[in-house]
Amino acid sequence: MTLARHAGAALVAAVVIWVLSVSLSTFRDYQIADIAVYVVAIAGLTVLIGLSGQISLGNGAFMAIGAYATALLQTHLGWPLWALFPASAAIAAVAGVAVGAAAARLHGPYLAGATLLLAVALPSLATQFPGVFGGDQGVTVSVAAPAALGAAFPLTRWLAWVNAGTALIVLVLLANLARSRIGRSWQAVRDDEAAAALAGLNVAGLRILAFIVSAACAGLAGSMLAVYSSQVSPGSFTVTLSIALVTGAVIGGLGSLAGALWGSLVIVLVPAYVMNVATSHGLSSTVAANIPVAAYGVVLIAVMLLFPDGIQGGLRRFFGLSPPAATGPRTRFSSLRRRQPASEHQEEGTT
Amino acid sequence: MNRTHRVRTPAIVAAAAAMAMIAAGCGGSSSSSSSGAATASAPGITATQILIGSHQPLTGPAAPGYSEIAPAANAYFQYVNHHGGIYGRKIKYTYLDDGYDPSKTVTDVHQLVLQDNVYAIFNGLGTPTHLAAVSFLNSSKVPDVFVASGCDCWNDPSKYPETFGWQLDYIREGKILGAYIKQHFAGKKIGYFYQNDEFGQDGVKGLDDEIPSAQVVSRQTYVPTNVNVGPAVAALKASGAQVVVSFAIPAFNALFKLTGLKLGFNPTLVASNVGTDPITLGGLLEAFAKQGGAKVNGNQLTQGIITDGYLPTLGATGNSWIALFKKVHDTYDAKAPFDGNVLYGEAVGYAFVQAMMKAGKNPTRADLVSAINAGLPQGPAVAPYAYSSSDHSGITGAYIGMINNGAIVQQGPVYTTDATPAGAVTAYTGSEQAAPATGMP
Repeated sequence: MTLARHAGAALVAAVVIWVLSVSLSTFRDYQIADIAVYVVAIAGLTVLIGLSGQISLGNGAFMAIGAYATALLQTHLGWPLWALFPASAAIAAVAGVAVGAAAARLHGPYLAGATLLLAVALPSLATQFPGVFGGDQGVTVSVAAPAALGAAFPLTRWLAWVNAGTALIVLVLLANLARSRIGRSWQAVRDDEAAAALAGLNVAGLRILAFIVSAACAGLAGSMLAVYSSQVSPGSFTVTLSIALVTGAVIGGLGSLAGALWGSLVIVLVPAYVMNVATSHGLSSTVAANIPVAAYGVVLIAVMLLFPDGIQGGLRRFFGLSPPAATGPRTRFSSLRRRQPASEHQEEGTT
Repeated sequence: MNRTHRVRTPAIVAAAAAMAMIAAGCGGSSSSSSSGAATASAPGITATQILIGSHQPLTGPAAPGYSEIAPAANAYFQYVNHHGGIYGRKIKYTYLDDGYDPSKTVTDVHQLVLQDNVYAIFNGLGTPTHLAAVSFLNSSKVPDVFVASGCDCWNDPSKYPETFGWQLDYIREGKILGAYIKQHFAGKKIGYFYQNDEFGQDGVKGLDDEIPSAQVVSRQTYVPTNVNVGPAVAALKASGAQVVVSFAIPAFNALFKLTGLKLGFNPTLVASNVGTDPITLGGLLEAFAKQGGAKVNGNQLTQGIITDGYLPTLGATGNSWIALFKKVHDTYDAKAPFDGNVLYGEAVGYAFVQAMMKAGKNPTRADLVSAINAGLPQGPAVAPYAYSSSDHSGITGAYIGMINNGAIVQQGPVYTTDATPAGAVTAYTGSEQAAPATGMP
């Protein structure tokens, strides 16, 4: 029943995106593909942070794993696109098992630190083993629109379809997962580990599972990034990327999949838009180059001041869609601080 | 349990629809430039304007120094625009920041080609960054001229017919430095210190073509992300190297010098011109030493470093090119220091104007490519260009220089060579050209 509703919604969204992709310019198609990558990565992260209450500053590294998996599988084994996406997600998920197993023992700042380490260290493997990973230059990925669409069909439109379609499938799957027994168990663990354990939930297992899901999403996003930018190189997976993903999740609204879309839109479109304005007003290059960074910061501060629950939370409050309970998402941050007496959480009620 | 309702079905639809509106609203797709006027001969070219684009590291790790290049090229374009333009058209140069991140480069180039409709991509900076863009540009048939990187990879006309290098490539540079070492340091023990990527590896390829392998006692590499060069320098010292050849960026030449100082290792340093702009290098030496609580004199430490150059030396005030570019710099780009990066930017801007003049009054994109394929006059470079339909590498030679009191001083003649192992390094007998009095090609 839920599945049908989500699938129906995704179908409507697919039609909207299709109309957009054919009516807008090819560069907008490219941006749709770009946004879709961030949607998948941030959706996975928002499930991890918002639902299971764990933080990861290392999802950029999982993206790198997925992206390199795609490039290497294509270069050496010649796998087709439809096989590359799930394979890359699976490989990143395996890495997620390892990291998740370690992460399940850590909380709060320690977990953040450990995952940050991953984001810093992993991309440098590419320069350490240039024979396999191509060093700084990376590996190229080739992609072409299917011949059936005709020779004149713009490649960027095809990529927009592929990426947006994949993103919608991921959103439907995550939406169902979040409303399933697993999703509810994650929230139970997030809100009170002790209570969840007493209720018979496998706390460590659930925490690891959340990491796996998040890593798989990041890996898939990395694969999509490799395909639409037709290359993989370590310069694309700096710590800044991991931080941008967390930023997108927070700004969109933690735990909300629609919020993942808002976050992605902000991350992709705000810097591009401000850059256009800055260069078209003839500002000096050093000023113009730094304005997007500054404007991005201003947007972040403004959103956090106006909508402490993220954009989605703000919209909900504005339209009265769903009463933001007294337990508002701000408590989600406190849920990251663990090992506190359960009484601190009592206003959230017990599960 | 409100929280379980956070993931809402209508929200997905609403959000997708909103994405539509935002995407549509935020750019007001620029007018198509191919309409009307009889002289709008190609995308980006109107009756009055030539629009070109580039990706540059204006922020991020590669920004110091390199961010001066695009404004300097633009300064030269302003000069051209104020002196009649190219067949009456003014050049508009849009360069976007990629922060030296290849995926950002891909986005920038898509925006420039698909949205801004540029005529050509000019002087895109960086090997890893531009490699990410090169196949898209070639499949879109967009001229990709004068890439700001000495990688040999731009010279591949069968695979990348639209792409042209410009500066002396690292293989040629390695051969010219190698030939000098072979001649002047015969019998000495040679050590290599190089960046472990296309830049360093191409350079070493050229060095190995010239230096007898028995003379090379140690080969040490670094990666730009790891500033600990201690083990590499110690290994070079242990090998007893008397001459060290460096293919390194300025920061790592500075680290090499300072680490050597600490270890009591002071070999003769021969270094690629990529890392030896004396102003940049001296400043870095003083800054790094200060961080470590020491005080050094930058000019003293750079004294005697042997390097090479493919543009006139900045100190040659009598040179007509230096006079021209200094004048343009003072008028249009006065805020930047007149250093090697600015000279580079103005010189490559000059080369682009040369190519556009040759491409004709109402050029298509293909006209620009065929114009360069037919060869370009030498211009500000000290040696001729290699351009032909089968060779897309740029400047073919350089002189050897030595740093003296913070400035590079030319030593001996200009040498030219090719990028093949067999090609000889020979003194260039042709003369350098003088800058035209108008400052326009």
